[in-house]
Amino acid sequence: MSVGEPAPRVGGRARVTGEQQYVADLPKDDVLHVKLVALDVARARIGRIDASAALRVPGVRLVMTPGDLPDPMPRFGPQRRDRPVLATGETKYHGEPVAAVAAETHDAAEEAAALVKVEYEELPALHTIAQARAPDAPLVQDPSLRPGDPCAGTNVLHEHRYSWGDVDAAAGDADLVVEGTYAFPMVTQFAIEPHAYMAAPDGDGIAIWSAIQHPYWLQRVVADLLALPLAKVRVFAPDPGGAFGGKQHAKYEPLLAFMARATGRQVRLVLTLEETFQAVRRGASEVHVRTGFRRDGTLVFRDIEANYLIGAYADIADRTVAKGSYTSNGPYRVPNVRILARSVLSHTVPSTAFRGFGNPQQIWAVESNMNEAARELGIDPLDLRLRNLAGPGEAFIPHDTAADGDWAQAVERAAEMIGWRTPTPTGRGRGIAVGLKSGPTTGLSYSTVRLLVDGSVVVYAGTSDMGQGARTIFAQIAAQELGAPLEWVTVVMGDTAVVPYDQQTSASRSSVLMGNAVLGACRDIQAKLRAMAAELEGVEQSAVEIEHGEVRVGDRSTPIREVVARALGRLGGEITGLGESRKEAEPDHPLGGTSAFYEFNATAVEASVDRDTGDITIHRHVTVSDVGMALNPAQVRGQDEGAAVMGLGHTLMEHYILDDTGRIRNLGAIDYRIPTSMDLPLRMESDMIENADGPGPYGAKGMSEGALLPVAPAVAAAVADATGAVIRDLPLSPERVWQALHESERP
Amino acid sequence: MTDRRPLALTVNGRSRAVEVEVHHTLLEVLRDDLGLTGTKECCLVGECGACTVLVEGRSVDSCLMLAVEADGATVTTVEGLAIGDRLDPLQQAFLDTGAAQCGFCIPGQLVSAKALLAVTPHPTRAEVEEGLAGNLCRCAGYEQIIEGVLVAAGGEAHEAAHATPVVGDRSAVPDANLAPQ
Repeated sequence: MSVGEPAPRVGGRARVTGEQQYVADLPKDDVLHVKLVALDVARARIGRIDASAALRVPGVRLVMTPGDLPDPMPRFGPQRRDRPVLATGETKYHGEPVAAVAAETHDAAEEAAALVKVEYEELPALHTIAQARAPDAPLVQDPSLRPGDPCAGTNVLHEHRYSWGDVDAAAGDADLVVEGTYAFPMVTQFAIEPHAYMAAPDGDGIAIWSAIQHPYWLQRVVADLLALPLAKVRVFAPDPGGAFGGKQHAKYEPLLAFMARATGRQVRLVLTLEETFQAVRRGASEVHVRTGFRRDGTLVFRDIEANYLIGAYADIADRTVAKGSYTSNGPYRVPNVRILARSVLSHTVPSTAFRGFGNPQQIWAVESNMNEAARELGIDPLDLRLRNLAGPGEAFIPHDTAADGDWAQAVERAAEMIGWRTPTPTGRGRGIAVGLKSGPTTGLSYSTVRLLVDGSVVVYAGTSDMGQGARTIFAQIAAQELGAPLEWVTVVMGDTAVVPYDQQTSASRSSVLMGNAVLGACRDIQAKLRAMAAELEGVEQSAVEIEHGEVRVGDRSTPIREVVARALGRLGGEITGLGESRKEAEPDHPLGGTSAFYEFNATAVEASVDRDTGDITIHRHVTVSDVGMALNPAQVRGQDEGAAVMGLGHTLMEHYILDDTGRIRNLGAIDYRIPTSMDLPLRMESDMIENADGPGPYGAKGMSEGALLPVAPAVAAAVADATGAVIRDLPLSPERVWQALHESERP
Repeated sequence: MTDRRPLALTVNGRSRAVEVEVHHTLLEVLRDDLGLTGTKECCLVGECGACTVLVEGRSVDSCLMLAVEADGATVTTVEGLAIGDRLDPLQQAFLDTGAAQCGFCIPGQLVSAKALLAVTPHPTRAEVEEGLAGNLCRCAGYEQIIEGVLVAAGGEAHEAAHATPVVGDRSAVPDANLAPQ
């Protein structure tokens, strides 16, 4: 099937037969099993570590402690090299490993891990924004880790400021100012595949297996830590079983690399689900929004102050804060905007990328604020948005990419689908919200494509297919451009020794950036084939056209697969194409680069609330994304609906519960609930806007995050519409809704 | 401190005899001793359903069952659904509806669906939702999975799928609310 058709997933068959091998499924005949040792405290000073009892367990080969690692402790991280391979001196969050055991069996590793005696002294932990920002708060990170950083004497890792116009001067022009603080809790990615890793000595280098989104980043991290050339670090990245941002950056791969070196053996670590909660989460936030409106609803100014509670180490969290805040004014035309966002360190699990990348927190705040304003102004929330939405081509963020879609179309489509202009059924309420997210700001993807003598095709692409379906998209592009049936295309991924470099799999970039690289490689092949065909036919190259997989000379059109063998001649062989796709950095830009595209989604919800229990029933959930061009409509739908339901998770039920000392009390699937098939809206409808106005192949944009962005404010607005209760904290759990109802009913 | 016992069971129609640790779960034995890694490990507390298998035809979280409890039993895992190259109708329907994204939960979803259809060959949408309630998926909105089960349960459901633009409508007539694919 060609581009634009719902081609079946490449790799789908292995996924329904059980043959698909995730990291934990790879052969493990001669591996050492690793178990992490962590303390059941949020923060502690680490004393002596006694491994003697653990080492007596039969089959134990290594108990790695900080003392077994190089001094000073090796550190790594995508933004700052602040995360130690093992906690040293102090364990800074609940679950941070202080040691690790490697043994011949998993049982022995578990038994020994429990026998590692760690002397420690519990220390007070900071686990709220207020605690971490208190003037007398202990410092989460030693200032020596932050040389030259003016904030090093505080727990603020970074302050980001963006502004245009003059908010203070414009304040007098507003007829109405709407103000509020909106809180978003800690939530976790909860990929159904728990993170899994292996490492093994590989000749004079090392091999790493990880379900990772950024294998080439990981290669650099490991090469750097082990002082190896990149070519001596081979990263195998089997398709992740879900990732959602949580598998972007290195976590325990460096530890395993050191353990493989220490033992000379292959080592393997599969996290428990509980341990994944202690490895990855989304940043919690409190966002204060103050917005000025004219009486007719025109936006005059927006003033945003956001604090994100990140964890003990930066990971990529500060980038989520920067990027999520930069677009926090949303897709609106506002002449005066001031945004201040802080990354606040704390003694909690390091927050990292999670679908939406810092934006859902801001969108929850700003869109809730818009809905409150609509009520105060007496203006329909749909009209309030249509009045202020940036039009196509409008520079809604000065000096950045202009609005690259007709966003009002998506809003109007969502409104039409839910029947916004029709009466709401009795007892229900409706809510609408929009979400905007900046795509990648820089990018570099290479692809190699080989057209083989029989017309079949091998595509090399360093993207990780974590369920979004990148493999299928690339196969469709190659099939279309080279005239091969889809089943004749093989896509090779996940091995840094074989597949050319790709910057990363994130920011919904792959269809656009890697897609363009694959397209470029196919066009390179077409150019070579054109020259060969011209020679074969004895005509000028200009007389040969290649389009839709056909070679046309004069009136005669022949499928590429029939031409290639003749063109290659007696020795056969193949035609190799190279493709490269770049988005250059712009050093003066606040984010280091403009947005490659925007993801835009409009969501409308119809809900009712059980006044006795506080339980919300979502009768209808409508989600419309501007995707530019759906390269595969079935996969677009899967991503949109999946993102929408994931958004319902943090809207209705998900949050970490910490005790007073900062320990997580609801680790695991029993006490932390994500949506099941019984938690769905009674009716879910998705649609997309296609105007071929994206920078990707055939006009595509990235689209995998948009449908998550506005879910929470849309649902909260429906609850407010149905009950009058305005809730500014997530999740909208029955308990919280019930309390809000009873408060609003109090005289 | 280990205690090993012989275990004989029939897995996917084949007799298997192994010696297992008495404290090992059926999941561990299937994956580690018998090499059947299609059955997945996630929560280990019987909540996610990734490890679902059939034991004597009934769906079981294999992480919650000791292997020795399955002694003498007939076990079906995802690897046992297809007959040779011929996919089970559920597997084919999952491919057709795009139910599998990352795919990690899919073996459990398929086995739970198999158990459901064995008891309720023509389930309503609500029955499918309930039948799969113990199988978490984080990629999909479940809609394409539910459709996959409904399509496998009856050909006419697939026809209906092309008639309506609505994806997933629990308030409408069951089997008539499938999305176009």
